[in-house]
Amino acid sequence: MNVDGIREMLQNGKSVEELVHSIFDKIEHSKLNAFVTLAKESALEEARRVDKHGAKGMLGGIPIGIKDSISTKGIQTTCCSKILEGYVPPYDAHVIERLKAEGAIIIGKTNMDEFAMGTSTETSRFGPARNPWDLSRVPGGSSGGSAAAVAGGEVPLALGSDTGGSVRCPASFCGVVGLKPTYGLVSRYGLIAYANSLEQIGPFAGNVKDVALLLDVISGYDSRDSTSMTKKCEYLKELKDDVSDVKIGVPKEFFGEGIDEKVEKAVWGGIKALEDMGASYTEISLPHTKYSLAVYYIIAMSEASSNLARFDGLRYGLRLGKDKDWHTTFSEIKAQGFGEEVKRRILLGTYALSAGYYGKYYLKALKVRTLIKRDFEFALKDTNVLITPTMPFPAFKIGEKIGEPLALYLADVNTVPINLAGVPSVSVPCGFAGKLPIGMQIIGRHFDEATILRTAYVFERNGGG
Amino acid sequence: MITKKTVDHLGWLARIKLTEEEKEKFPDQLNSILDYFEKLDEVEADVSPTHHVLGLTNVFRDDVAGQSISQEDALGNAPRKERGYFKGPRII
Amino acid sequence: MKEVIIGLEVHVQLNKLRSKLFCSCSTQYHDSEPDTHTCPVCLGLPGALPVTNGKAVDNAIKVALALNCNIEEWTMFYRKNYYYPDLVKGFQISQYDYPIATNGSISLDMEGGERIIRIKRVHMEEDPGKLVHVGTIDKSRYSLIDYNRSGMALLEVVTEPDLRTPKEARLFLNKLKNILEYLDVFDSSLEGSLRVDANISLAGGARAEIKNISSYKGVEKALLFEIVRQNNLVRRGVKVVQETRHFDEVRGITISLRTKEGEEDYRYFPEPDLVPITIADRVDDIKKTLPELPDAKRQRFVLQYGISDNHAKVLISELGLANFFETVATEVDANLSATWVADILKGELNYRDLDISAFSPNHMVQILQVLKKDTITENGAVQVIRTILDEGGTPSEIVKIKSKDLLKMDVDASENITLRVIEENPGAFQDFCKGKNEAMHFLMGQVMKETHGTVNRSTVIELLNKSKKEKLQNAPDNHREA
Repeated sequence: MNVDGIREMLQNGKSVEELVHSIFDKIEHSKLNAFVTLAKESALEEARRVDKHGAKGMLGGIPIGIKDSISTKGIQTTCCSKILEGYVPPYDAHVIERLKAEGAIIIGKTNMDEFAMGTSTETSRFGPARNPWDLSRVPGGSSGGSAAAVAGGEVPLALGSDTGGSVRCPASFCGVVGLKPTYGLVSRYGLIAYANSLEQIGPFAGNVKDVALLLDVISGYDSRDSTSMTKKCEYLKELKDDVSDVKIGVPKEFFGEGIDEKVEKAVWGGIKALEDMGASYTEISLPHTKYSLAVYYIIAMSEASSNLARFDGLRYGLRLGKDKDWHTTFSEIKAQGFGEEVKRRILLGTYALSAGYYGKYYLKALKVRTLIKRDFEFALKDTNVLITPTMPFPAFKIGEKIGEPLALYLADVNTVPINLAGVPSVSVPCGFAGKLPIGMQIIGRHFDEATILRTAYVFERNGGG
Repeated sequence: MITKKTVDHLGWLARIKLTEEEKEKFPDQLNSILDYFEKLDEVEADVSPTHHVLGLTNVFRDDVAGQSISQEDALGNAPRKERGYFKGPRII
Repeated sequence: MKEVIIGLEVHVQLNKLRSKLFCSCSTQYHDSEPDTHTCPVCLGLPGALPVTNGKAVDNAIKVALALNCNIEEWTMFYRKNYYYPDLVKGFQISQYDYPIATNGSISLDMEGGERIIRIKRVHMEEDPGKLVHVGTIDKSRYSLIDYNRSGMALLEVVTEPDLRTPKEARLFLNKLKNILEYLDVFDSSLEGSLRVDANISLAGGARAEIKNISSYKGVEKALLFEIVRQNNLVRRGVKVVQETRHFDEVRGITISLRTKEGEEDYRYFPEPDLVPITIADRVDDIKKTLPELPDAKRQRFVLQYGISDNHAKVLISELGLANFFETVATEVDANLSATWVADILKGELNYRDLDISAFSPNHMVQILQVLKKDTITENGAVQVIRTILDEGGTPSEIVKIKSKDLLKMDVDASENITLRVIEENPGAFQDFCKGKNEAMHFLMGQVMKETHGTVNRSTVIELLNKSKKEKLQNAPDNHREA
């Protein structure tokens, strides 16, 4: 299911209402648990409106799934946490306003790890989402529902959010395309924060073209996000079948210990294929990569510990029986409302920011982040893309890693450095390990989404993946 | 080094009432993660901290009053309310 | 009595701004229903983001300049993490390292001379919402919260522990308010515009922090209470403990707010949703827009108008009053203006709890002009002022209607009444002739009473002296006796 295919169906006489009905039918019979809240009424109403007045806008009549971390007016938004049970936002995120303005039809909210803290979509309060390629396996995370919904043919497009790999990881595990934009390219207004200084909303689709189209819709300056910046081009227009100017850097640190052999082989195969298509490559080094995970988790947990303080049950969200004094009331709401992984990260973040430890952890992490960012800027002077495996291994079994928090954190080894550097990165399918898809990560210069998308596009068109 | 007592204090700071079981389990888990963070001690980072990854500064809004949301919308998600106010627990 | 050491943390709302600090909700919520001036940002809804009001930063720089502070090269916002039901995000966007300004001062004019109160730092932060307790804070079963105030721009001015008496603390606050109003960044008349945390200790003892005192008088009252309380403890040999206390305005006492769970740890870290602010390049432009400040105005008034420093001090205490005076002084004699504005009009306004805006400077000019022409008496002029304040009208109308009472009596009538008073009070007149001042005041009082104040004091004094002279000439024996 892709955008062109849907447009063709609609042109051949199928109504948007029929399409949307069939989508809901499919979701309701699906085993993927990709959607956690459906917006049936508003989606059908919008579908009928498009049928009546014709499809307008860049995404007229095109269905889309939205990660449950993105604020949707009138549609329950919970970050798949019990603490936000029943919260129906009175406002739309910037990206939702953009989607609506371009005629997209919001199908519902997709499953995710609670507050985007995870690599497997197993910590959702709605239960784990499943990988369409093997239902016993995870779809990756934290935007697992979005990736699974696209891979499972439930929607052609979906939005996720990527703090340390949460778009690219599930894209890789589910064999779809997922992009983490340059920090600041897409407004975060309305994205429920996990780690503000790292995250971006990113598009998922079955192919590169649709990802570029969706990026065109959601990107650009928004005055309500102080970290938002102006975009430089329209991405779909920049896609052309030419990589002769593409100079690939292959950072050796991303092919290190713990990388599955099949994954390594597949990605090298991808690089060689691109070379055959006209690109060139050199092996390079990003020396501070080994510190990325520590830096990432310190920053993310610290910011999260503060971001998640607001869920006190006064203005929205979970409230327990009878109120006690306010300390006890708040403490019991959080005890009941947050899952174990969320509590773990809040406690660690609280520790990292507490008196006497700020310098050792948070401030030090911000400084090492500067070094990591410089590595990328330096490497991307002589190259214009970097290519690595997205994930060190293909999708694992549900329940396989959930008992060992640290082991699960280490799975983000190749994705977190990109968020630290703020650069864009896209994961494209590049072969299989058995039945399971493998993802190749293409990283670019700040705001040069055009080049990484074009590289992915050429790779996809010429038999990659 | 995080002890049971540290976990207890962190729970207080974060206003999360932890169960006995959590207080027993968390110290080891958190310590293994902190051990991993020790890696950073080996880096000499004589550089400025990254505040905004692209070095953005001075982002301002004009002092213009805009539309607020309605009282109904403001209170729409409040589990408890009274006479246009949010209703909260007692203070002392 | 041990020496008292006081430091203040003053939170003033930058309430002349049109919109809040990080969102565009209007600041004009004071007469509104609760929770009608909020949005996703100031309600702390998940996903909402702050964007800094540029004018708030400019106003903060203005204040910092006026308080003689060092303005930092750049500044940034931090998150101060703590919980309270009025705080929507579980943290307050405030400043920590790199506040907007440090090391300033305010000079106080005390009886014993000038006192310099050092200012440690000035920083910006957002205001929490407002808690309404049902009953008193310690008895209430639940709280009600109005978030209209949430996100208002606050400026926190922190002093060094340089204040020594509750009165000094009050004078400091008055001076600060005065400066802020001159800068046109602050309206002190609005409810909740100022809140003070006061740290107070007796020399050598632990310090109590009294939180959230919301009136100027309250600060003095709370501090006076604390001094008595701490002294009583010391006298009884009980150690004063370091703690946070709440001031109960109604009962005029402070109450311990001890929490058993231990110290808070604010876990400050840079607000990742905002970017750093470079201020050095803004300062020069803002400096050019700074108005004349109270101390400078006071000096100028003395120099330019030749009025007394005491009058100047009263006149500059409110910007409106100072401007009023200048308008009047350009039309009529400056010293006469100073006396009438600073002593008489100000007194009448205070008595009625009115602002200087309740009186027109043109009316004052007209009154003083008539007074100078000697058509009405001083008392008559006071009557005109009172009538305008109480009943309205213009000076010329009032003079016309009440002419009988106000217009100056002719000299003959004055003389008759004065002579009658002398005749009726021979003892007092004799004392007056012996040079007793009190006797003169008594006789003057009697004449004024009889004439309802419609004679000139100088006329009466002239008449009294004339009679005295006559009496002395007629009775040389008495003179000798004296």
